[in-house]
Amino acid sequence: MSAANLLEIESLNVAVGAAPVIKNVSLKIGAGEILGLVGASGSGKSMTALAIMRLLPAAAAATGTVRLRGEPLNGMSDGRMQSIRGRDIGMVFQEPMTALNPLMRIGDQVAETLRVHRSASKVEARSLARATLDLVGLSGEQGDLGRLPYELSGGQRQRAAIAMAVIMAPPLLIADEPTTALDVITQAQVLLLLKGLVRTRNMGLLLISHDLAVIAQLADRVAVMQAGQIVEQGTTLQVLRDPVHPYTASLLAAAKLPSRRGAAAKGAAVLQACGIVHEYPRKRRSLWHAAPPLRAVDGVSLTVHAGEAVGLVGESGSGKSSLLRVLLALERCSSGQVRLLGDEFSSANRASLSRLRRAIQAVFQDPYGSFDPRWPVERLIAEPFFLLDTPPDAEERRRRVGAMLEQVGLSAGDARRYPHEFSGGERQRIAIARALITEPKVIALDEAVSALDVLLRDQILTLLAELKDRLKVAYLFVSHDLHVIRALADRVYVMHRGRIVEEGPTEELFAAPRHDYTRALIAATPEIA
Amino acid sequence: MIRRPRNFGLIAGAIITASFIAIAVIARFWTPYDPVILSIVDKLQAPGEHHWFGTDQLGRDVLSMIMAGAQTSVGVALLSVAIGSFVGVPAGLLAAAHRGAIDELVMRGNDLIFAFPALLLAILITAVFGPGAVNAIIAIGIFNIPVFARVTRAGALQLWARDYVLAARVAGKGPLRISCEHILPNLIGSLVIQGTIQFSLGVIAEAGLSYVGLSAQPPTISWGRMLNEAQTLTALAPYLALFPGLAVLIFVLGLNLLGDGLRQSLARKQ
Repeated sequence: MSAANLLEIESLNVAVGAAPVIKNVSLKIGAGEILGLVGASGSGKSMTALAIMRLLPAAAAATGTVRLRGEPLNGMSDGRMQSIRGRDIGMVFQEPMTALNPLMRIGDQVAETLRVHRSASKVEARSLARATLDLVGLSGEQGDLGRLPYELSGGQRQRAAIAMAVIMAPPLLIADEPTTALDVITQAQVLLLLKGLVRTRNMGLLLISHDLAVIAQLADRVAVMQAGQIVEQGTTLQVLRDPVHPYTASLLAAAKLPSRRGAAAKGAAVLQACGIVHEYPRKRRSLWHAAPPLRAVDGVSLTVHAGEAVGLVGESGSGKSSLLRVLLALERCSSGQVRLLGDEFSSANRASLSRLRRAIQAVFQDPYGSFDPRWPVERLIAEPFFLLDTPPDAEERRRRVGAMLEQVGLSAGDARRYPHEFSGGERQRIAIARALITEPKVIALDEAVSALDVLLRDQILTLLAELKDRLKVAYLFVSHDLHVIRALADRVYVMHRGRIVEEGPTEELFAAPRHDYTRALIAATPEIA
Repeated sequence: MIRRPRNFGLIAGAIITASFIAIAVIARFWTPYDPVILSIVDKLQAPGEHHWFGTDQLGRDVLSMIMAGAQTSVGVALLSVAIGSFVGVPAGLLAAAHRGAIDELVMRGNDLIFAFPALLLAILITAVFGPGAVNAIIAIGIFNIPVFARVTRAGALQLWARDYVLAARVAGKGPLRISCEHILPNLIGSLVIQGTIQFSLGVIAEAGLSYVGLSAQPPTISWGRMLNEAQTLTALAPYLALFPGLAVLIFVLGLNLLGDGLRQSLARKQ
């Protein structure tokens, strides 16, 4: 640790109304040091960052001292504080799309931070913006100053957001879940970029994440936060090797994602896709020239056997979601065939479609968007009964929904409540209950645990493994996260640019990846040693 | 000091709107004087004890006329909103559910209606089919169709991208059922808000049309024609123009406050 402390937080307390959200937090960051702040969602990590910046919501009140280079920030006038933000403390947020103004060119956006803090000519501002974008790896055509945020990929946007934060060369950078919205390969690149910036500029970095594996990659020291309190603090090596607090141990265990694979019982094929090609029409180039269609899925064949957990891994934009829509017969493929239980599914008529749909259900990524907010849980879970020729009567419906709620670890009484009354993890349980209610043979899980923090992810994966053994249901588990796939899947397909580039039993594939892309994915996945 | 509640506008708007609707309903059964009976002896009396708002050049009680006018105003505006929403909302739902050619057809049809200035088409319709309250309702109603269709389509498109709609599709539900069960109920809030705003525009449009003599014909009383008739007498009896003018102003203000307040409370809820 460097001698002079760059940032010192002493007994910080934050309360919203009467409820304390941060209790007696003390932290120190030296120049050139990376402090990882880790904890479950809602533990007060982001609140701590906002308290440092004095950007807490109006309803929150903070006490305690925050010193930057020995100077207390709490007593400062609002005007002084404003000049500190951006110049002395830079901040990077989780969602790069909402952190950028959609109507402002990235060159102007990056230069804005500069022009707010000191007078600079347009030419100077542009050249510094150019230099900063080069620094964050957005050079050449990619980092053209005239591009608008929507023209950039997620990783490029996050790079632009980092450029905005560091153009003034602030001594301290706060990054709040900077890679949570990115896929693994991009995540690895952005983490590397942050590390490089800290080293070359001797910056202090407060890195906030729910994922201990991400923190472990980067941080010199780690602080673990639970319910608004720092429960453990120490060097990364120390905390990872022998955690003192049980909460740290549970985070660590969850981040390591132990395998939950059972004996691979291979039954008959339930879901078979053969040569699936799925194209989307693109905007015409001109009145006379039609653009070639976008080929999202390019000749994919895959099989899911009864009772088998199959993983489908690939980065965002690899065509996973399009493939899934075809497999669920939500969209018709341009060519190819999907067979469910041996019957033609992809072009089935309406009558056999609803018969076949009973056998395949789905769980989606966003636990908050998956439910109609106006419906009670019982009605939500019972929605797939619509597929049955004779839906159960009210009494039977209540009984079966209650039983299913208990299967997924909730209580039958929850049926009368509304989705907003549940936490993210509980909602994902409700989504699983809904998928299971028609006793399907296959469930497609689309990034089903990606929006959850590590502890909840761990619980849901355990539940999925249990349900698979108990109900003999097969999973098609789609994710960008190899880690999660590895924990659950018996067999893995790797998808890249619309094609399956590699397929094999999980352990074999991880031990000896054959395709370059698979190797890159495995290398990029953060791992706790 | 009493602190002004946060939803002051909403409450004020609701009270004003409710009062005018109540007045319109009461006028159906009772007014202080019969607003269509002429009594030349009582002509042009200033506001006073017997005639609170005075009398006009034919001796009719202005208060009673305002009450009867409220009936016309509320009736025409409400029915035109009904026409607009009954046609526009399903059109918007249909466009959002099917996209593609149907969407284009519906939206370009909307553009076609939007392309005509509202009042011009109203004049055209009444010129062809003759002036009258029913034709005014139809003319104003037609202009409400694209407004409701657009609001519905825009909201519905967002909802169609939600995972719960995807879940309903996995549960085998078709576009019609999803539109009725998932899309429309989640749009009701914004449609009610749009409805109050169109209601207020309807009140203004009705007053405008009757001012130029294209809406309800005598003996039916309307605020617009009261204003028109008061025009020549402004110097002699300014109150004749003042009261119907105020009626339009306050009613429209109330409806706008209500719409605005509803929008804010909906935004807070989300």
